[in-house]
Formats: sequence, C-alpha cells, structure tokens
Amino acid sequence: MSIQNDVIRPQGQSPRERLNERLAPVTAFLAAHRSLSVLIGMTLVGIALPLIILLPPFSTFQSSSAWLNNFTLAGVYILLALGLNIVVGLAGLLDLGYAAFFAIGSYAYAFGASPFSGIHIPFWPMLIIGALVAMIFGVLLGAPTLRLRGDYLAIVTLGFGEIVPIVFKNSDTYTRGTNGISSIYPPELLGYRFSTIELLPFYIVMLCIVAFAMILIYRLQDSRLGRSWMAIREDELAAASNGINTVTTKLLAFSLGASTAGLAGVFSASKLTFAGPDQFIFAVSFTVLAMVVLGGMGNIWGVAVGAFVLYMIQNVLLKGLNQFFDIIHVPIISDINFIQYQFLLYGLALVLMMLLRPEGLFPSKRRRQELHTAEAGGDEAVTPADEAGGVLS
Amino acid sequence: MTAESLLHATSAPGERDAHAPVLDAQDIGMEFGGLVALRDIEMKIPAGGIISLIGPNGAGKTTFFNIVAGIFEPTRGTIRISGLPLIGPPRRAWAEPIVWITPAVLVLLVGYLLSLVTGNPVMLETGILIAMGVLIVSLLTAIIRPPWFRVALARLGIFKSAQPHHMVRAGIGRTFQNIRLFQNMSALENVQVGMHLQLHSTPVDALIASSRQTKEEEASRVRARELMAMVGLAGRDDELARNLPYGDQRRLELARALGNDPSLLLLDEPTAGMNPNETAEMTKLIGKLRDTLGVAVLLIEHDMHVVMGISDRITVLDHGEQIAEGTPEEVRRNPKVIEAYLGAPE
Repeated sequence: MSIQNDVIRPQGQSPRERLNERLAPVTAFLAAHRSLSVLIGMTLVGIALPLIILLPPFSTFQSSSAWLNNFTLAGVYILLALGLNIVVGLAGLLDLGYAAFFAIGSYAYAFGASPFSGIHIPFWPMLIIGALVAMIFGVLLGAPTLRLRGDYLAIVTLGFGEIVPIVFKNSDTYTRGTNGISSIYPPELLGYRFSTIELLPFYIVMLCIVAFAMILIYRLQDSRLGRSWMAIREDELAAASNGINTVTTKLLAFSLGASTAGLAGVFSASKLTFAGPDQFIFAVSFTVLAMVVLGGMGNIWGVAVGAFVLYMIQNVLLKGLNQFFDIIHVPIISDINFIQYQFLLYGLALVLMMLLRPEGLFPSKRRRQELHTAEAGGDEAVTPADEAGGVLS
Repeated sequence: MTAESLLHATSAPGERDAHAPVLDAQDIGMEFGGLVALRDIEMKIPAGGIISLIGPNGAGKTTFFNIVAGIFEPTRGTIRISGLPLIGPPRRAWAEPIVWITPAVLVLLVGYLLSLVTGNPVMLETGILIAMGVLIVSLLTAIIRPPWFRVALARLGIFKSAQPHHMVRAGIGRTFQNIRLFQNMSALENVQVGMHLQLHSTPVDALIASSRQTKEEEASRVRARELMAMVGLAGRDDELARNLPYGDQRRLELARALGNDPSLLLLDEPTAGMNPNETAEMTKLIGKLRDTLGVAVLLIEHDMHVVMGISDRITVLDHGEQIAEGTPEEVRRNPKVIEAYLGAPE
C-alpha cells in the first residue's frame, strides 16, 4: 500500500495532525521504499537499544551484558512472531503448534554442527538448511491438514506441536533425550569465533536476520501471494472462484511461516549452544501467538514490537520484580514468585486487549479501520444476513 | 476424454477452441442422497450470448450454477467449456490410490530383491526409507494436483471433475447470490485478487523484488482501475469493500469476476435487493459488458423485466427439470412456464 489515505476529519487540526501533515512526504517516501525504511528503522533501533540501557533506570536493573543477552533472545521471539504472523495474521490459519518448527530448526543446527553428531557445517549455510528443513516439515504437516478449517486445524497443529518435542525427547540414540544436545558450535565469521561471553556480535547478527526477515515478509505481503493469503482469510470459496489454488497458497503460508521458525531455531541453538526438548513446550507456541495478537495481527512492525515488549516483560520485568521485593523485604509480596504468574498476566492482557483495543497495540491501518467502522457508521454497509446458505440454496 | 483436452484446459485462454460454444452442458443430473435436484439439463451458450436461467425458488438454478463453477460434482452428464470436457461424474476414481502407492511399492520391491540377492538386510532398510519418502512425495503431488498430474491421470482414464480454480482458468468468472467480497480488503485489492490468473510473478519474484514483479504490480493496478471504471466505481480504490454501499458491492463483485478475462460470466441474481433505478443500471451494465468485452453471460434472475429485456434465450427450471427453453417471447407464451409460475388453472 503505497498510498497514505487518512480518514478525512471535518474541521480543526490537532497538533498531531499538523505534524503528520508536515511529515507526509517522509512517510510517503518510506512507504514507497519499504526495504529501505526497514533497514533504517532496524539500524536506529539497533543503535538505540544498547545506549538506552546505559541510562539510570535500566542500568540499575541488570548489567548491560544481561540486557544484550535478553535483546538477542527477544530477537528469536520476534522472528517467531513474524513467521506466525504469516500463518495466522495473513492467511488466517490458526496454528497452535508453531514451536514444533522452532524445535526442528534448532535440532537441525544441533545435528549439523555439534560434537554429538560429529559434523561441523558452518553457521551461515546452516541458517538456510535449517529454514529449508523446517519448510519441508511445514509442507508435510500442511498437506494433509489444510482441508480442515478453523478449530479443527488448530487441534491438529496443537497435536503436531506436542508430538515433535516428544519425538525428540524419546529418540534417545539420536538426540540424547531429555538431556538435549549440548556444546553446539557457535557461529564463525571470517575467522572470528562467536563466544557466549561476547554478546555484541550475536546481537548484531540477530538484528540483521530480523531486518532481513522483515524485508522479505513485507515483499511477500505486498505481492500477488500476499493478496491471495488475505483473500483466503476473508473468504475461501470466493478466493477459489477467482482462480486461486487454495491448497498450494495455504501450503505456501504454512511452509514460509515454518521456515521463519526454522531460522529462529538455528539462531537460538547457536546462541545457547544447546538444544533440548524442554525449550519447545506448548507455552512457546502460546507465547508467540499472544505476541502476534497483542502486537496487532497482520502488521509486521506491530508484531515485532509486540514480541519484543512481551519478551521483555516476561524475562526482565517479572524477574526484576522478584529481585526488587526480595531486597526490600515486604512481607508476603516478597514470597511471591512473579514469574509463575506470567500466564495469568497473559490471560489478563489478552482479555483486556479484546475489550479495549481488539486491533492490537500497533494495528495495521486496515485492521483499525475494520474493527472501528462498525462503531462509527457501519450501517452504511449492508451485508446480506443469510451467510450460511450461500453455497447451497 | 483425452489427455490432450485436459492439457488444453490448463493452457492460456487464447488457445481455447473459438468455434465451440462457450458452455455446452449435456444431460446434467444431480442427486443429493435420494433427492433429485436436477434432471436432464441441456444448455448451450454461444460466445457473447446472454442466457437466463429462471424458475421458482428451489428449482435448482443455483445448484446448476455451482456445478458449472466446479463447486459440486454432478452425478450425471458432462459440461464442456469451449469444447473441453471439464465437468462430469468421476470415472475410475477408485484407481487413483493405486497410482499414489505404486511408485513406493516398486521401490520397496527393488530394495527387497537387492537384499535377497546380496544377502544384506541394509538394502531392505534403505528400500523402506526411500519408499516412505516416495510415498510422501506422491501423496503431496496428489494433494497439490499440478496440471501434469491431472494429464497423467487422464491418460490412465481416471477423470475427476474440475475444481473451482480450474474452471476460472478455463474462462469462467462468477458472482454470488449473497455478495462474497473480500470484506476487509480495499476495492482495488479485490479486483487485483480477481486478476490472479493474469499475473505470473512467482513468490521468488516477490522476494527479490524483481522488475517483472514491480512492473506487473503496477500494470495490474492500472488494469484493475480500468475494470472498476467500467462498472462505475472509478476513484473508489482504497475504500474497504465492506464499507461500500450495497449496490456498489454488487458492481465490485462484477469487476472482480471480470479480472481473469472470462469468456463466460455466471451472474447469480445480480439485481437482488436493488431498487428499480439500480436494477435498470445493472441491466444496462450487463448489456454493455457483453457488447464491449464479448463475454457470454449466464444469468439467474427473478426480475422478469431484466430477464425479458436482455436475454437472448431463456431456460426455465422447475423442480429440477427443464420445462422450457427458447427466446423470451416463446418462453413468455409457454403454458408450462405460466403454470409453474402462476399455478395450474382450476
């Protein structure tokens, strides 16, 4: 969408609108050159984050290397959320077992580069191999299940998400079962070997991968394929009646979403130098789904920011609260382990979200319009009442 | 049903047989369980013709439509689109699973024989692994159903009725009785989705932002605006489809159906719920589309003014049977039609 078409408001301009007007040429340029704007945005964010954590409220929280560590791992979740956004946000297929592809990516790297398997394929080609392997499994899961719709698809994917970690857990000879595969080789670049102590290189690589993924997903979204995904989300029969092969289109959504998770898996395995079945429990799938919904389904930047914020709340804020109350010794509250309540918080956040801001924190323009026209003046659009009898009759 | 004819069904619209009728339905019958919905329907639509399908409620008009659009598989008969037999009851469908399994079984046999000859059980194990891979690949092929697979099946005498997107490729565009737009997409995007088969850039083109992709996107926007102007929606590009007034939604659906450059347009009650003014405009529009684009139209309609006004020929259905066929004048005088609509005289 290269055209910025704001809703026309009758009289008077707020300062914010005036600012918007002044910035209009800039936003138009950025909208027209999306890849460039993603690069600029990611560079700015990438520079700003390590600087912000040197300032007082953040610097007292935890050490800067701990912050960088958190940022890097948040990047993994951003990637996952971006990938799931293709499946859920664009194509409208509810996938509750997304962590399975994450696991497949991780284990692919663990097999490709660890003393356990005795193979050492460099990190960079493994990124692509991991994505491809996850993609193949995406097709394998998708092919038989994509005739299902809505709830039924969710149930099958949920099952797949449970099965994959269990398979990794139980095939002892190949994966060392519950112990997981450890001391996986970290990446190397031009002779420089990444280490778990020096975190900045990981951070930069993560930024690059996220920026790369965002650019690619933006391009897909604005293409013929992206339109087909949205058409299927809106009305599958109408999509088929306009020449879209719904099976292959949905398969592509599934496999491209899976490949993004594969990328995230490879990176995460190389960063943690470990891949074990407990990393890929249902909670991961659920967390990523919550990130997509909270961030604003269908909006790439929104989903990325949503993932970042949720990850930070989960892994920094709640831990910080624990430490804080431990130190100041407030009775009862000090005994609470806030991390245990994170799912309660998710639940609360999701319920509040659906009540107050159903389009997500950072909605795409489309979705905001979609969810608020009903209140504003939706009676203009007359929709035929009898949807169900459409095909037959 | 030859393999070649199926092959053509998947080729470019320009290669269609120009002399054959756009639609040639023979002996179409449809049963849902024991209920006979359609019986012995015959219909021929010449290029550029406007044929109306009328009848009381429940006469089977929409069922016939859905058969032509590839949504239902008829229990009897054949439909040829521009000479290509695309729709009919399945033939030798039972044989298809054999096609899926055969390659895997062959691999398994080879593995077994090798292990017998060499006395090495590893051969059999590898055979089993490869056979599983082959089985997965062939099942995937069966699910995705690429054109060459359908042709190969046709060579073996296995026929399955075409699916909706195959029918679109063969040159059929349709609208729905109750509008089915992509509600949360802009009007322009709706039409662009309708042009799906006219665009040829692949996902890889999109990923690398190739020049083909960017040029084609721009061209598709231009063409979509043309189509919207043609149905009278110029300048409404960025409005969400759901926010358009009812009449405009009908027009937009029409523009979308024209996107793939169809040779036959199926319109299911295009003037339902419209006031007399809008109805007259829509009637004019349908006539205009036929004259400018040369597209044939199959129309379901209850409004007799519209039907009598623009149809070349009319087919009347009642209780799933074709009770009359002819020019508007003939149909108007046909006693059976009068009976079906007004009831038998006392």
